[in-house]
Amino acid sequence: MHELSIASSIVDMAWEEADRRGVRVNTVYLELGPLAGVVREALLSAYELAAAGTALEGSRLVVTDVPIVAFCPVCREKRSIRSAQRLCCPECHTPTPEVVQGADLRVTALEVEQ
Amino acid sequence: MKVELGQKVLRRNDVLAGELRAEFRKAGVFVVSLVSSPGSGKTAFLEKTLTLLQPRYRVAALVGDLATENDAARLARSNAPVRQIVTGTVCHLDAGMVRGSLQDWNLAGLDFLFIENVGNLVCPASYDLGENLRLVLMSVTEGEDKPLKYPPIFHGAGLAVITKADLAEAVEFAWDAALGNIHAVHPGLPAMRVSARTGYGMEEWLRYLAAAREEWDASSAPAIRDPVATVPANSGAGAETGTFRRR
Repeated sequence: MHELSIASSIVDMAWEEADRRGVRVNTVYLELGPLAGVVREALLSAYELAAAGTALEGSRLVVTDVPIVAFCPVCREKRSIRSAQRLCCPECHTPTPEVVQGADLRVTALEVEQ
Repeated sequence: MKVELGQKVLRRNDVLAGELRAEFRKAGVFVVSLVSSPGSGKTAFLEKTLTLLQPRYRVAALVGDLATENDAARLARSNAPVRQIVTGTVCHLDAGMVRGSLQDWNLAGLDFLFIENVGNLVCPASYDLGENLRLVLMSVTEGEDKPLKYPPIFHGAGLAVITKADLAEAVEFAWDAALGNIHAVHPGLPAMRVSARTGYGMEEWLRYLAAAREEWDASSAPAIRDPVATVPANSGAGAETGTFRRR
């Protein structure tokens, strides 16, 4: 259960940015890939705990799932992979070791007010 | 009002891991981390590894544990320098803990440093420790489907080691199914089978390790290409982060 430490990092990051701009954060937008090793539901509960008692108390975390994208050596195309349990091209079923996206854990934006 | 940010949540860890990797390079120490579920035989495997390497190499180990120092005591039987990181309630090691425990340690006097992570197949996946090679271990007694249950940790590893091979027959372990599952979540991941108890497979592992170190040594010789140094420390780009992953 490392989602609490991840959530604390998100809160710190958002707080720093808000403090720098002198604004208040309403919403934090996060992109999460299946290979990040973070469970969405656990992260959402942890976020409330991490934000409690800070300047981000009451703010919302919005998580967008991003797919795994890998380069198919046969099609020579980037492909969205359907499952982390089977890294292969959805078109030709060739294994795709070259993953170009999927471990994402990134704060993309903040919704703020003065 | 919406403000774009685009920052990796683990940016600090990644930057720190990149700095560690550069330090390891400078000191000439090849760093190997081990992850697995609790009870998969990490400590027995590492104890055997440390013992077998010592005639030829200078080795040391850092070992993460939630509460006890038992593993460090076991590893110390190999006579290699061992330091324990008691993580308390934290279920994984991060780059900061590794750095903290390496202070006052003479890295340049080592050929290999091993970092045994807390027994956990979930949380350690997210944290780069600056290592050069990450091993994921699974024992035959855990069943063949571990990779399918924990794809990120298998995806992030550079080598899979199947332990307790001497018990495989007793538990009717299906090697082909296990390898198929490993390669489903990480195509091309090298995998080996070992038994720390009987010594089976240990020579092959040590050959692999020596070759990995040689390859790493060779990669440092030409043009001093140190991506970490070219990235401003606070940029978060962490050019060399995640190099424990196969490219």
